[in-house]
Amino acid sequence: MNGETAEPLLRVVDLYKNFGATEVLKGVDLEVKPGETITIIGPSGSGKTTLLRCINYLERPTSGHVFIEDRLVGEAWDGKSYRHIGDRELAKERTEMGMVFQRFNLWPHLTALGNVTLGPIRVLKKPAAEARAEGQALLEKVGLGHKAHEYPERLSGGQQQRVAIARALAMQPKLLLFDEPTSALDPELIGEVLNVMRALALEGRTMLVVTHEMRFAQDVADRVIFMDHGVIVEEGPPAQLFANPTHNRTREFLRQVVER
Amino acid sequence: MSEMLAVYQKHLGEWLPQLIDAAGNTLRMTALAFVLAFVVGLLLALAKLSPIAPLRLFASGYIEVMRGIPSLAILFLIYFGLADFGLVFDAFPAAVIGFGLNGAAYMAEIFRAGILSIHSGQTEAALTVGMTPLAAMRWVVLPQALRVVLPPLANFGIALLKDTSVASIISAPELMLRARDLASSSFRPMEVFLLAAAIYLVMSLPVSFLTRRLEARFSRGQAHV
Amino acid sequence: MLFWERFVDNLPYFLEVLIPAAGMTVRIAAGAFVLAIVVGLVLALLQTIRIGLVTLVVRSYIELIRGTPVLAQLFILYFGLTEVGIRFTPIQAAILGLGLNGGAYLAEVFRAGIESIHAGQMEAALTVGMTPLTAMRYVILPQALRVVVPPTTNYSIALLKDTAIVSAVAAPEIMFKARNLVMETYLSAQIYLLVAIMYLVMSLILAFISRRLERRLGESGTTGQAGAA
Repeated sequence: MNGETAEPLLRVVDLYKNFGATEVLKGVDLEVKPGETITIIGPSGSGKTTLLRCINYLERPTSGHVFIEDRLVGEAWDGKSYRHIGDRELAKERTEMGMVFQRFNLWPHLTALGNVTLGPIRVLKKPAAEARAEGQALLEKVGLGHKAHEYPERLSGGQQQRVAIARALAMQPKLLLFDEPTSALDPELIGEVLNVMRALALEGRTMLVVTHEMRFAQDVADRVIFMDHGVIVEEGPPAQLFANPTHNRTREFLRQVVER
Repeated sequence: MSEMLAVYQKHLGEWLPQLIDAAGNTLRMTALAFVLAFVVGLLLALAKLSPIAPLRLFASGYIEVMRGIPSLAILFLIYFGLADFGLVFDAFPAAVIGFGLNGAAYMAEIFRAGILSIHSGQTEAALTVGMTPLAAMRWVVLPQALRVVLPPLANFGIALLKDTSVASIISAPELMLRARDLASSSFRPMEVFLLAAAIYLVMSLPVSFLTRRLEARFSRGQAHV
Repeated sequence: MLFWERFVDNLPYFLEVLIPAAGMTVRIAAGAFVLAIVVGLVLALLQTIRIGLVTLVVRSYIELIRGTPVLAQLFILYFGLTEVGIRFTPIQAAILGLGLNGGAYLAEVFRAGIESIHAGQMEAALTVGMTPLTAMRYVILPQALRVVVPPTTNYSIALLKDTAIVSAVAAPEIMFKARNLVMETYLSAQIYLLVAIMYLVMSLILAFISRRLERRLGESGTTGQAGAA
């Protein structure tokens, strides 16, 4: 699937992000090939979440660029300089990247099915019946077909997160971004979400997963990225990175995580 | 615009002292009505929370009725209506009584919400050191509730300040009445009423600014007043 | 008691005059309410786009309106504008004055409602490719609606009572007609008591409808809490 010659689906070039005086990202470069599953690990405050939010322009990078299939995201090049694009163009580009949030962010005024179909109906302008049929199929896929007409507050955290995954899939994105998707869950609910994600990875979806689940990072990822203090310290196949980290900081982090 | 400036140039020296003088009456009316509303409102709140059913019923009835009637109608009842029974008030005291009794109903709800916002554990702790329920209310609950009700009380005060303008309709001497007089004598209603509005704004803005600061502090968690 | 006997005797005549006037009160209140909702919603939405100058203008409008008495605003509209050749009828001035005034209040209510919706709700909508405006329409406003209904219905009751002051610009509503009746009959206590009762009844009916509406909104669907666990 991810042959060495394939063009990258996502390319992040020299990305910087400051919040006021605080530098959160200090020059991140990253390439993701179609079909790759990449996990990003690192201590809290290392910039992992900000990196994801810059990729889909929920945060506007201070400098640097994001490309999907060699097309700029969030900006346009007018021959002389870069300019930020309008809401409408940005919205269109975002349909190519699904996002799953740490705190689910399901819309509480809509049922599970309503959450999954709102984007297809209002953004892709699909006929409601078609969107509902597809949405139902996606809910079946994440094991929640029977909960289609429940409101989010009646669902467990794990169920809510699986609905959120179905909501992202409904837009048929080329890339899926996961921002610590299991961090807000009770321990016994983590497994059901990870299982869905594992299945998606096996399907060959392109996924970028920020996570604290080291086992998942190890088992499912094609590549693991270790971030600290706003830079990518080290990356590599999980077997190598977990067994033989080359950097002290990586070693230190992994040791602390294992001890926990 | 330039014509307006010319009008002000000509009349401001004459109007401003009169309006500021009348604004003093507005402030007096507001302060007196506020005190009356505060006292009656607190009593009503305590009555509504008391274990004695008739007291509760009276307080609830008073609050519901007062909140359903425009303050102007209450002013008319007191100023014109009571005269039928030989109770004759000047317009100014009639306005103070009307706004005070009307405002008490709103004040009561503010106090009640403030008192209820204090966790029942506070009263229980006071009872366990041997206080009576009334003493617990006085020494433990009310001091804490007062802090909670400070912003809504200030907001009520601002609303009251503006509402006193309605007293001009029963010819009570205050800012709006003076403005109406000046407007009709000078044939310059726009300039006079804008000036009067500006004076209300000058009186209300500092209070509302402070209130918002206070609210922001409270909403950030435990504040120390 | 003589008072009550006279009151009962005169009641049919009073009601004949005051009930149509109550209809006018309701019409003025309804007109001002609709205007206030439109103005309030526009002002609240204008503040969400975060353009400095727009925010400054909107905030100034809100502060000026909220810092001055509605009676002064009414007089400026009705008497003041005649200086520049703009003449409103009393009813127009009443609806315009109360509506523009209420718009400033409701703008704050709506803004608070919109801000009460967790930022993650908007972000989730953006990530499925909605524009901020679409997200506002289908994700934020439906949730904010639930939050703003109680303060908005409370405002409607306050507005109903505030219509009493438009008698000062001779709008032919209850208070104005009542004052005319008093001038005609000198029975001020009876008439103003009746007026108070009429307002009370209208307020109570409106409060009853409001509670019903709030309960229905509360039952349908879920609470306004964001999807956070």
